[in-house]
Amino acid sequence: MYDVIIIGGGVVGCALARELSRYNLHLALLEKEVEVGFGTSKTNSGIIHAGHHSSAGTLKGKFEWAGNQMWDDLAKDLKFGFRRIGELLIARQTEDLQYLQDLKKQGESRGVTGLELWDPKRLQKEEPNLSHTILQALHAPTAGVINPYEACFGLIECACQNGVELFCAHPVQSIKAVESGFLIHTQQQDFQSRIVLNVAGVYADRVAAMVGADNFKISPRKGEEYMLDRRLQGIVTHLIFPTPTATSKGVLIIPTVDGPIMVGPTAEDVDDREDFTTSFSGAAKVFASVQEYCPAISDRDTITEFAGLRAVADSNDFVIEGSSVRGFYNIAGIQSPGLTAAPAIATYVTEMLRADGIALTEKERWKADIDGPPRFSQMTPTERKAAILEDPAYGRIVCRCESVTEAEVLYAIQHGARTLDGVKFRVRAGMGRCQGGFCTTRIMDLLVQHLDVPLTTISKRGQGSEVCIPRRDQILAEDEV
Amino acid sequence: MNNPLKKQYDVVIVGGGPAGLAAALGARKSGAENILIIEREVEAGGILNQCIHSGFGLHYFKEELTGPEYAERFVAHALSENITMLTDSYVIDISPALQVAVLSGRHGYLNVQARAVVLAMGCRERTRGAIRTPGFRPAGVMTAGLAQKMVNMKGVLPGRKIAILGSGDIGLIMARRLALEGCEVVSVYEIFPYSNGLTRNVVQCLDDFDIPLQLSATVAFIHGRDRVNRLTIAPVDAQRLPDLNKSWDVDCDTLLFSIGLIPENELSTKLRLHMDPATGGPQVNSTLETSLPGVFACGNVLHVHDIVDFVSEESLRAGQFAADLALGRRRPGDNIALQKGANIASCVPHSLSPDREQVIYLRVKQPMKNCILSIGDRYQKKFRMLIPAEMIRLTLAPEVLDRYFGDNLKIEVRPQEVE
Ligand SMILES: Cc1cc2nc3c(=O)[nH]c(=O)nc-3n(C[C@H](O)[C@H](O)[C@H](O)COP(=O)(O)OP(=O)(O)OC[C@H]3O[C@@H](n4cnc5c(N)ncnc54)[C@H](O)[C@@H]3O)c2cc1C
Ligand SMILES: Cc1cc2nc3c(=O)[nH]c(=O)nc-3n(C[C@H](O)[C@H](O)[C@H](O)COP(=O)(O)OP(=O)(O)OC[C@H]3O[C@@H](n4cnc5c(N)ncnc54)[C@H](O)[C@@H]3O)c2cc1C
Repeated sequence: MYDVIIIGGGVVGCALARELSRYNLHLALLEKEVEVGFGTSKTNSGIIHAGHHSSAGTLKGKFEWAGNQMWDDLAKDLKFGFRRIGELLIARQTEDLQYLQDLKKQGESRGVTGLELWDPKRLQKEEPNLSHTILQALHAPTAGVINPYEACFGLIECACQNGVELFCAHPVQSIKAVESGFLIHTQQQDFQSRIVLNVAGVYADRVAAMVGADNFKISPRKGEEYMLDRRLQGIVTHLIFPTPTATSKGVLIIPTVDGPIMVGPTAEDVDDREDFTTSFSGAAKVFASVQEYCPAISDRDTITEFAGLRAVADSNDFVIEGSSVRGFYNIAGIQSPGLTAAPAIATYVTEMLRADGIALTEKERWKADIDGPPRFSQMTPTERKAAILEDPAYGRIVCRCESVTEAEVLYAIQHGARTLDGVKFRVRAGMGRCQGGFCTTRIMDLLVQHLDVPLTTISKRGQGSEVCIPRRDQILAEDEV
Repeated sequence: MNNPLKKQYDVVIVGGGPAGLAAALGARKSGAENILIIEREVEAGGILNQCIHSGFGLHYFKEELTGPEYAERFVAHALSENITMLTDSYVIDISPALQVAVLSGRHGYLNVQARAVVLAMGCRERTRGAIRTPGFRPAGVMTAGLAQKMVNMKGVLPGRKIAILGSGDIGLIMARRLALEGCEVVSVYEIFPYSNGLTRNVVQCLDDFDIPLQLSATVAFIHGRDRVNRLTIAPVDAQRLPDLNKSWDVDCDTLLFSIGLIPENELSTKLRLHMDPATGGPQVNSTLETSLPGVFACGNVLHVHDIVDFVSEESLRAGQFAADLALGRRRPGDNIALQKGANIASCVPHSLSPDREQVIYLRVKQPMKNCILSIGDRYQKKFRMLIPAEMIRLTLAPEVLDRYFGDNLKIEVRPQEVE
């Protein structure tokens, strides 16, 4: 019997797991994918929003700024990259100027620091590659970038180190309210828990419906993003936001935390909750928009692209509340700025549980930090020498584009990576310009060696996505046995 | 490692593929004493090690060898010439003063000083991202070269029912390889109205196996969340844009991309060498020296070759010139720029000198029948047919440039005048 079960291992579920792991609770997190963070939390822009964007009076507005301020400590404790590179919201038409004023006021009233209007001269000095016809820009130095999947891995590792039990590849199929709480059924096994936190992203309404607590609807809104070659690194140094129009928030230029530039996202309402597809029209839209304010960026520079689904609730705001079913909580509709808000949502939900009479006594020993993955590419030559001396696996490059060594891949495997994507998103192997052409078979070999499984079971991201199959003569040989 | 490592070498060669091996032999021929090849794989031989089909060496050895056999001859020769080979070692940096920083599985982090450096890092394959194929991102999508590595080196198959996008040579060879393995190869799709592979490969790999080649068609959508299960194929118009109204679907579980190779020039760009956007490699003079004195380039890192024989020949020369420089033998510099004219897609080298015999490699932009290739008013040659997929090799005797006093020469291909 668990005290609390969290359904959904996105960034919000992982943040909740870590937050609740401070207390003497028996906790588990159930995730349907093979790894945490493989839902929307992997496929987003990775921006820690500055704090001034979301409207006052909404939960989004309440948690954007609160969340923003929590990321410095998180990044330090959980050893992932976080750079406050600042944001520039640009005005290209005179009508836009008022919007910049209003946004500045909204931010300031909330306590967002450092907001400043830049004239074209200042803008050109700081961002010479932006179009010279921009009238004004609102600079927000508090905006930052992270790799969202790294945050998920860090949060869950810390949570597990503090006693949370993690069950990946455990999709919840039904939930029954019983006297002592809930009986949660997954394909592999059943779980019992006094309290259930539903953080199931685009599926949150479906999960809520399992106990009849679905007083909201989720519709997916797709966003396509395009990652550009390292060659363009540094073309802009701030996050670039156009002034939003009535229909669209606009396409952003995102200097990612590791350096390469990403452009996107689009915003398109779709019916299918599994529609992670990119499209000709999406690419056309993204590059046409971006070229209006940064002409040097072209679609020819793409190295890869992806799409993510925002979970938009019918209220168009976050849904964070207890439900008609006692002990069942919905944390749903966590669209943008959900990544930014996640740590603040986690503390808010914790207080909500406390207010509902759940006993929260702090553990005597709770460890806030983790060791974190080694990063060979960021070591100085002296550090590299020392690392290789200690472990020769640092002397073997596995991924040449991102300079990832065998030691790092082994670290990923030791910390739970079971798939190519699991390795890739933990230590960047396969993320560079050759997109795994060189390192795929090496990573597969390392997975085979260290997990002691056959090559043909290695998958891209879990069952059904195996990378290779046995040769025919092998199949025949096995049949004969 | 066949010899103890030294701190300094006459010629350091980055990459132990056919280019690096031939460059080492060239340097030895020119009298260089201390020659080091650095190769990141455990064995030298480069991409040839995964090309177990035959068809290599027809020009160079005048016999038909498999890739590994061709490589083995060079490796054996290099060893017999006592050339030092540092394998399982990755060059991570080269300084403008020719300090080469190496990361080695066995030796850790080390630096060697070179008098001359030869870049021979080969190339990598273009991926799906480069052409932004829409759809899902499932397993079963990979480059043809990766599939080749899986089949030939790991003994596994990428799937059962295979479609191939792009008619580059690797794609064609993999079509045949997978057909021989018992897979069903549904089709090869090519966006251009002509194949991008060698004619002999179209015949031997597709025609002989009844594998259809669809020209002017591309993959417009990849279906299947976890594993490819279907493709939408669309014909393309003259601008190579897909016409979705005329598209059709094909069932398959694997899509291989064979859409071109890109020279592997991370080190070259770090060194700020002048690059040629047309080849993707560095600009070189007629001694195959780049814009940084003492740094030479050859093989696929310089420009993508179709056949390894040309790689070997070019690299032998690069190695000789590198040794000359290392040993302080000065040669007159180039004084004639080679300019690209009509229907020339790319051309190496980028300048010429009347001092020596010149070897020029070039590709045309468009297929052309009955045409004349000319270099200024100095040289003319007739061709029945030229296609972009087949690299053209010319040798210019030094006399051709005798008493030429201009600064540049234009190279071009024009239709033959009809008499
Ligand atoms: C294109 C795009 C760009 C964005 N950019 C930003 C940004 O820059 N900054 C920002 O702050 N926000 C951004 N967002 C929003 C942000 O990504 C989300 O708010 C955040 O990731 C939501 O996290 P989550 O944990 O609620 O959802 P998810 O990450 O979707 O997690 C839900 C998890 O529940 C699991 N699950 C579902 N059903 C079940 C079941 N039955 N059993 C078990 N598990 C289940 C899923 O597999 C999933 O892992 C962006 C969103 C998109 C789509
Ligand atoms: C799949 C395929 C099929 C082919 N089929 C044929 C054919 O049928 N007939 C034919 O004649 N030709 C064929 N070719 C062409 C021929 O194989 C190539 O032209 C030739 O291999 C190129 O030689 P290279 O030495 O330039 O490059 P490569 O063979 O790629 O060698 C480059 C070497 O450099 C090493 N390297 C790269 N970077 C570093 C670094 N930083 N530090 C240390 N080492 C490094 C690499 O590991 C590699 O070993 C084929 C090519 C391919 C890719």
